[in-house]
Amino acid sequence: MDTMRERFIATTSRLLDEDPRLALVLAEISRDGFDRAQRAHPDRVVNVGIREQLLIGAGAGMALTGMRPIMHTFASFLVERPFEQVKLDLGHQGVGGVLVSAGASYDWPAGGFTHMSPGDVALLDTLDGWTVHVPGHPDEAEALLRLAATGDDLVYVRLSLQSNRVARPVGGGGFATVREGRGGVVIAVGPMLDNVLAATEGLDVTVLYATTVRPFDAAGLRRAVGAAEGADVVLVEPFMAGTSTAAANDALAELPHRVLGLGVSRAELRRYGRMDEHLMAHGLDPKGLRERIGGFLRQ
Amino acid sequence: MTNTSAGPVPGYRELDRLMRLMTGDEKHGPAATSTLDALWVLYSRVLRVTPRTVDDRGRDRFLLSKGHGPMAYYAVLAAHGFLDEALLPGFGAYDSPLGHHPDRLLVPGAEIGSGSLGHGLPLAVGSVLGLRAQGLADPRVWVLTGDAELDEGSNHEAIAYAGPAGLEQLHTLVIDNASATYGRPGGIASRFETAGWSVGIVDGRDHEALHTAFTTPHPGRPRAVVATVAP
Repeated sequence: MDTMRERFIATTSRLLDEDPRLALVLAEISRDGFDRAQRAHPDRVVNVGIREQLLIGAGAGMALTGMRPIMHTFASFLVERPFEQVKLDLGHQGVGGVLVSAGASYDWPAGGFTHMSPGDVALLDTLDGWTVHVPGHPDEAEALLRLAATGDDLVYVRLSLQSNRVARPVGGGGFATVREGRGGVVIAVGPMLDNVLAATEGLDVTVLYATTVRPFDAAGLRRAVGAAEGADVVLVEPFMAGTSTAAANDALAELPHRVLGLGVSRAELRRYGRMDEHLMAHGLDPKGLRERIGGFLRQ
Repeated sequence: MTNTSAGPVPGYRELDRLMRLMTGDEKHGPAATSTLDALWVLYSRVLRVTPRTVDDRGRDRFLLSKGHGPMAYYAVLAAHGFLDEALLPGFGAYDSPLGHHPDRLLVPGAEIGSGSLGHGLPLAVGSVLGLRAQGLADPRVWVLTGDAELDEGSNHEAIAYAGPAGLEQLHTLVIDNASATYGRPGGIASRFETAGWSVGIVDGRDHEALHTAFTTPHPGRPRAVVATVAP
């Protein structure tokens, strides 16, 4: 199977053929993959070199003239490094655009912390108006990219090498119910679903699947909690632990509730190695998740 | 500095009165007047944009990157009918659209909001790319920066890209009042030249010299005009 990044390149190349309003801005990363698209659309596929402030500024400038820019590089250089450009050149100028990242939180563990961005979604949470998609499968990435390309709004699409075995229908904005139970609600974000399903096998829990995490589907969470007098909720996110805890708390403000936010730990591991080793270190493998979810839900 | 021109065109002397309608920005006062003559020449003789064409795809665009001291900018916009001069006395007030840094969503005729230094030039690069991608080769994009604003590294990403990319529609006006702490004589012009820009250095108070520098052809290359004014 292809990776989400490969699917992004194939999908965006086709979208560029179809939609003259669409532009792609790169900062060297994925340049070779877009070679054909660049030759077909030399004015709409722009590589600005290793210049990430310009990546965002130039994309935003294109949006000022009425284009729909897709800006792409690794998450750490797309959201973290040029964060003020994201805040001012897009948000404050009142223009839209699509940020598509690769690398996520632990895609290249051997590359070390410089290429890890567990804080990207939390950073975007300080800004208004962002839609955040976290696909869990290349098919989902394609569907969400197509959706993002057609709008005028601010969209972040967070691609990862981590993927679930099967794709699910996405794009409706709401959380999907994958499993139903009565002893708590577990929200699996994007590529965490397979590990969450394995970890909660045999537990009496509802499992929700979230690919669009902003806006947060508060109504969907309340529906899943049902008419109970209290609620226990576990979030399992492939980025910084607790990123969506405040959103879940706000959704359940009228109800006594407990929320456990699982995800990537704030402390630097300072380890290299492989993705499965990092998932284990963060307690995001099935065994680690089972222990913490079972303990929190007292099952 | 000497003024070699025949004298400012009618309307210029209105600017002083319009500036005086704005109060409460003493900190930015000196920075505001440094841009006055260059802005006046641009809006009265160079930019092809009017209050009726502010939404036209084919208009020229002026991006005020140095958002500090925008009184001269507001005065020029008012003098050319982009905004009502009745708004000027409210400068900086809670319910006024005219802040001490401009906001494009509030100021009629303003192409960008600015205040944080180093954002206008990259946005101008993108504006040229966007125009070019839509087959609009005629509109010109102008961005105004300060000399100290060029301390910000984001400008250098834009300067180093725009030259080799041959963005002929792009124009940078640097108001040089020697305010950069680590400036060197000739340093600004040479940095643009090294990146392949066409460069002119001009007296920032001399309207004819400014006009000549603004309208000098520069085929295949972006243009930078360094307008020097007294500190």
